[in-house]
Amino acid sequence: MTEFFQSWGLPYEWAWGIATVAGILLIALPLMLAVAMVIYAERRMWAAFALRRGPNVVGPFGLLQSFADGLKVMLQETIIPSAANKGIFLIAPIITFTVALMAWAVIPFNSGAVLADINVGLLYVLAISSLGVYGVVMAGWASNSKYPFFSAMRAAAQMISYEVSIGFILICVVLWAGTFNMNEIVKAQQGALFGVLNGFAFIPLLFPMWVLFLISSMAETARTPFDLTEAESELVAGYQTEYSSMAFALYWLGEYANVLLMCTLNAVLFWGGWLPPVDWAPLYLVPGVVWLLLKTFVFFFIFAWVKATVPRFRYDQLMRLGWKIFLPLSLIFVVLVSGWLMFTRYGVAA
Amino acid sequence: MESLVVDLSQYLPILIFLVIALALSAAFVFLPMGVARLTGTHKPDAEKLSEYECGFPAFEDPRSQFDVRFYLVAILFIVFDLEAAFLFPWAVSLDMTGWPGWITMMVFLFELAIGLAYAWKKGALEWE
Repeated sequence: MTEFFQSWGLPYEWAWGIATVAGILLIALPLMLAVAMVIYAERRMWAAFALRRGPNVVGPFGLLQSFADGLKVMLQETIIPSAANKGIFLIAPIITFTVALMAWAVIPFNSGAVLADINVGLLYVLAISSLGVYGVVMAGWASNSKYPFFSAMRAAAQMISYEVSIGFILICVVLWAGTFNMNEIVKAQQGALFGVLNGFAFIPLLFPMWVLFLISSMAETARTPFDLTEAESELVAGYQTEYSSMAFALYWLGEYANVLLMCTLNAVLFWGGWLPPVDWAPLYLVPGVVWLLLKTFVFFFIFAWVKATVPRFRYDQLMRLGWKIFLPLSLIFVVLVSGWLMFTRYGVAA
Repeated sequence: MESLVVDLSQYLPILIFLVIALALSAAFVFLPMGVARLTGTHKPDAEKLSEYECGFPAFEDPRSQFDVRFYLVAILFIVFDLEAAFLFPWAVSLDMTGWPGWITMMVFLFELAIGLAYAWKKGALEWE
């Protein structure tokens, strides 16, 4: 994009600056639009699962429902409880939403179409997503209220528990791809199985890791069946209980931006990102972005499907799953995957 | 072999993104506060500003005590996340370190597996 602005006769630094800001806006604004539409789509899907109609009044087919909701919260009063630590109380949603946006900087949307093509992209995603817990903990602490505090405790323990196994799962991906760069990881998936199917999930050794990653990403974003942090029957609304107006909506937006991010990561790390599913030349005529969006939406459908059908876990079950099943399993798979690569790829020549 | 010096300029877009994202979220938080004052929806009173406790006055200080197991999980997290931090550089350089590197890391992983087994046996992973 820098070249395009340079062709207007701008010096390189200016062209680069404008191109970067344009790139950021091209990520952030469609992302917020996508979040609004995805909330609508999910409500329609839940409704369909329960044989209800769902939002269908505002705009054609109810398409403008999320925007009406957005306008409503925009005009609401921001209530700051008198017992709250006001500064932290207001900073917490800012952190949540900022972090939810930041991780998108390294997601490759097409071959080379990435805002910051850093060589430790995957590590950056891991680092940013682990910052997300701060927004929740600060909200729970600053609210100075019983339910948000309990919820923040649960959220912190849950997020860090599943982050451990996500770390080991990502190590398996990195071992196979031999790089941290997101674009290179996608390229490494070309013809992953018999040179025909694109995607690490087609490899029998990595498929179980994808299943673990999908479930862990639901736990990491605190979605049903792991939404104990906002279990409304015991914790009212969890850490958001004391929030109102747009500060409340920022948690909502941040949650869905994170859900979309996890869906995209599923697609990028295990299902070939912007590559078509089959390594067949005519399929490459379809732009890579289309493939990525299609895959992301399939995963979003799975998220919505699970949320509509699976009952909530108990907290001890959640921690048991994370520490006693996922962690040992992912550890064993790090050994298996690295051992397999040593015997087939790296150890042979040495 | 490529240069080991990291080109920090590739992180500049991320820094700009951080500034824009912060400005955007701050606007989302503070703009409605201003709007509410203009439209007259901003009407705080003592009851509205009290913390939520199902309609009752709060029974106790919400920040009193919490289960020590949350703390235990955080400690365990530090151990295993640091372990993952050791694994990341090893994972990308497996082609260079070869068998010695692989065997060393397997010994390290075995030791951490013993650590996990110990925490398990001690009941640090039990919740009821």
